Formats: sequence, C-alpha cells, structure tokens
Amino acid sequence: MAAEAVIVTEGLTKVYNGQVAVDHLTFSVYEGEIFGFLGPNGAGKTTTLLMLLGLTEPTSGKATVVGIDPTREPVKVKRVVGYLPEHVGFYRDLNARQMLRYIAELNAIPAAEAEARIARALDIVGLAQEADKKIDAYSRGMRQRLGIAELLVKEPKVAFLDEPTIGLDPDATNRMVELIQQLSQERQMTILLSSHQLYQVQRICHRIGIMIRGRMVAQGPMERLAAEKFGIEGEQHTLEEIYMKYFQEA
Amino acid sequence: MHGLKTIMKKELADHLSSYRFLILFALIAMVSLVTAYMAGVNLSKELEGIAKPRHVFLMLFTSAGIRISLTQFVALFGPLVGLVLGFDSINRERNEGTLVQLLSQPIYRDAVINGKFLAGVAVIAVMMVSIVLMITGLGLLIVGVVPGLEELGRVALYLVISIIYVAFWLGVAMLFSILFRSMATSALAALAVWLFFSFFVPLGASAVANVLAPSTAEAAALVRRAQLERALSLISPMELYSHGTVAVIDPLRRTTRSLVQVGVLEQLSLTRFSGPLPLDQSLLVVLPYIITLVALTCVCFGVSYTAFMRQEIRSL
Repeated sequence: MAAEAVIVTEGLTKVYNGQVAVDHLTFSVYEGEIFGFLGPNGAGKTTTLLMLLGLTEPTSGKATVVGIDPTREPVKVKRVVGYLPEHVGFYRDLNARQMLRYIAELNAIPAAEAEARIARALDIVGLAQEADKKIDAYSRGMRQRLGIAELLVKEPKVAFLDEPTIGLDPDATNRMVELIQQLSQERQMTILLSSHQLYQVQRICHRIGIMIRGRMVAQGPMERLAAEKFGIEGEQHTLEEIYMKYFQEA
Repeated sequence: MHGLKTIMKKELADHLSSYRFLILFALIAMVSLVTAYMAGVNLSKELEGIAKPRHVFLMLFTSAGIRISLTQFVALFGPLVGLVLGFDSINRERNEGTLVQLLSQPIYRDAVINGKFLAGVAVIAVMMVSIVLMITGLGLLIVGVVPGLEELGRVALYLVISIIYVAFWLGVAMLFSILFRSMATSALAALAVWLFFSFFVPLGASAVANVLAPSTAEAAALVRRAQLERALSLISPMELYSHGTVAVIDPLRRTTRSLVQVGVLEQLSLTRFSGPLPLDQSLLVVLPYIITLVALTCVCFGVSYTAFMRQEIRSL
C-alpha cells in the first residue's frame, strides 16, 4: 500500500512491576486501512493501545500517531484518536443523547454542530428510537453500538477498537462488523481492530498483526502470512489456521 | 480549560440530581432549622428585660438549641457531607469503565480530579449558604433582630471557614476513592478517619495528657497538663475548626484558650474589659487555626492529585 503510515512504533516496550507486557514492539499502520490486531489474552494488545493513546507511558521505545508523540502530547493525540475500550463504560443515569452530548462537549465541538452529528450518529447505529432511554437499560449490543456512535460524533482520524464484538450474539456481531466497515469506507478512518473473532477479522481487515507475549510475531496482508507459514502460493487458508500455526510456534 | 468546565458542570448536575444529596440536604436542613428555632425561642425568653442586648443575631448560631448549637453541629456532622460527596468519586468511574472513556477524550488528566473537587466544593457552598440563610430568616421571624453589617461579616467569614472545613473532608474522601478500588472500602476508610479524628482524638488527648502530665495540686502542673491536652487535641481538624470559628462567630470571645492557660496579665484584662472585639481583632485570634485548616485541605487535595496523576490506568 502506498499510503502514509499513520501509526508507527519503534521498539515500544512496557514493563509492569518487572513483568514485560510489551516487548520491543515495532509495527506500522497505514492510512485508511483496517489493521487486525490479534493475539491471545494478556499478549499486551490493550497495553499497546493505552501507550498509543498516551494513557500509559512506555518504559522505552517510541511511537507516533498521525505524527504526534502520545507521551509528550497526550491531549493532541486524543483529539485525533477515538478509543472504544474492551469494557465500554457509560454513565448509567444518562441517556444515549446526553452521553453523546457530554462526549461532544469534552471534544469542544460547538453545540449546533454537535446536535447535528449526534442525530446522524444515532441514526447510523440504529439507536435513534432508544436515544432517550437510560443507558442502564441497554443491551450489550446496544452499548457497543453507542460506542461506535461516540466515534461518529467525535470524528477522529484514527480509531482503536478493543474487542468490539466480544460477548455479542451473531446478529449483533454482524451489525457491528458492518458499522466498522462503514467507518473505514465512508469516513476514511484508519482502524486498529483488536479481536478474537478471526472469521470477522478475515472478512474486513486489510492487514494483520499477530502479537504473542508482548512481541509482534508477524504482520502483513493475510495472503502473505499464509504463504510465509505454509509455503505454498495461492493455497487458501483461513485466518484461524494461520493464527494457530503462529501461536503454536511461539 | 474546557475539559475542566465540562466535567465540573456534569459532576454538579450529578450531585444536585442524586438522591444521596437530596436526603443529606433534607436531613441537615431539618436539624439546623430545628436547632435554630429552639435557640431562637430560648433566646427571646432570655433576652426579655435586657435593655439593649448586643450581637443577638450571632447567638442564633452559637446558643444551644437541642443540646448542641449549630456551630457544634457543623463541626461534628459537616464532615459527613464531604465524605458522602466524595467517597466514590473516582473508584465508581474506574469500576464502571467510564474513567478510561473520559481520559481518552482530549482533556488533561487533572481536569477530571479538579473538576470533581470543584463541583463538590460548589455543592458544599450551596448547602452551607442556604442553611445559614434559612436560619437568618428564622431568626428575623422569631427573635426579630436585624443583623448589623459586622454581624453579617462574621457570618460570611464563618461560612468561608466552614466550607474549607467540609472541603477538607471531601479531599479525604476523594483520596480514599483513588487509593481503594472498592467503593465500600473507601467509604468505610473515610468514616473510620472521621470517627478517629472527631471522637477519639479529643477523648484520647485528655487521656494521654493525664499520663504524660499527671495533675497535681501545683498550679504549674495544671497549666502544663492543659497545654498538653490542647496541643494533642489540635491534631483533630474538628478541634481546629471549632477553635477557628469560635471567636469569629462570638465577638465576646477574646481568646481560644481556656482560663487555666491564660497568663496573669491577660486574665486581668479579660476580667476588666468584657466588651466585644472588633471583627479584625477576632480574626487575629483565630488566624493560626484557619491557616492550618487551609493548609491541611491543600495538603489533602495535593496528595489526592499526585496519587491520581501517577496511577496507571489499566482498563479493567
């Protein structure tokens, strides 16, 4: 891909109490792509995302997001990056509209513009009917979609989605995947997607990175990873086969 | 700056619409109104026949209604307001996952804690001011006195000190909400600190003073014991606050020390001149306590601030 690199890390390392969570991570994500960020639980994916957001300081190494160093200028990074954490939390006493309004205010989006964006976002994620219900009453799928609505209101250049389909039923998963694809195609967002649902990742991701025990063991388009591991060009492999192969070798 | 303002606005709205606040406010308003009413009724009885009573208005706050006066009530239970407003401010957001959400928006991290603290202080201020205004209104009705300018100044000063005092406890509660993950733990820890400083320190000070300086018939020993007890009890913010407000609200008080500790010449002047002190002189008497109280509040908030800024945000 000839596009520019939006996320670049070089030797990014994080040590928590003597335990290496992220070990000299070097990878890049290019503009407009969906990058599938795979790896077992505890591989350091979330820690990496937090470092890229400037919420955690790296022990060593460097990272830039849209040319900004998240450690030095966390607020600037957070202006261009939207983050959907694994366990999305919302204020239970608010309704969806109030929640989105709060997010818009925190992002200093002018009120009139914010209202327009909120109405559009609620429409896209299909929550317009439930917008005035308290979030407390929302199902898991609705909450995840509200998380996407937040991204639509914020309109970041880059979105970090941490396990956005975890715990969703098949129908909700499909809707979520479609929404993510929409973010990428219609808004040209660069998306870093961490997930365990390999079939979905295979469907929508342009490139894939596999992280095991804090290290990136492979990155590239799926066909290339398959060719590297199985050695036969043109043979069809599911992502699951590739992932398991890397996982067993690591 | 917009982050701070936004967060403060939201926290304020949360507080004011929460049941917790409404219950607390109803309770405190009720007690202070009853206390002030009783005090007012007692006052008007006592003042009958006195030709030209002075500073009657201030006595509404200091004379005992049902056993305790309003100022004592605030000293004892004002901290609960601070604790209730702050004990779950950070750990609730952490447990519900909203903290990561909030911190991934383009705001500085300290906007979160500053906004929460300022919103809490604003709520405390609203509460205290409205209680004092209610009592003032009642006083005008029952006793029929109109406060003079100086009296109003004293009440305003009393309000400021009280808000700082309750804000100190808000800071304590917020500190625990940062240090402990569980809301129950932080609530209990804050309550324990309150109980310790408000009940055990004053009691313990007397016990420790007895051991360290046993009272004998000698005058010097008595003075030593009184000084020791006082110094020890001042560990408690409640004692600091009581000492800090007593001369402000009561112009006839010229010292915060008990009679035993006062020197000979001072005793002489106390008995000779019993007129009220002007406001600035009263202020001079209590200034050390007020400064200590402000310093304590700053230290407490400062510790919370650093703890919060250094904490790792692991999404859980």
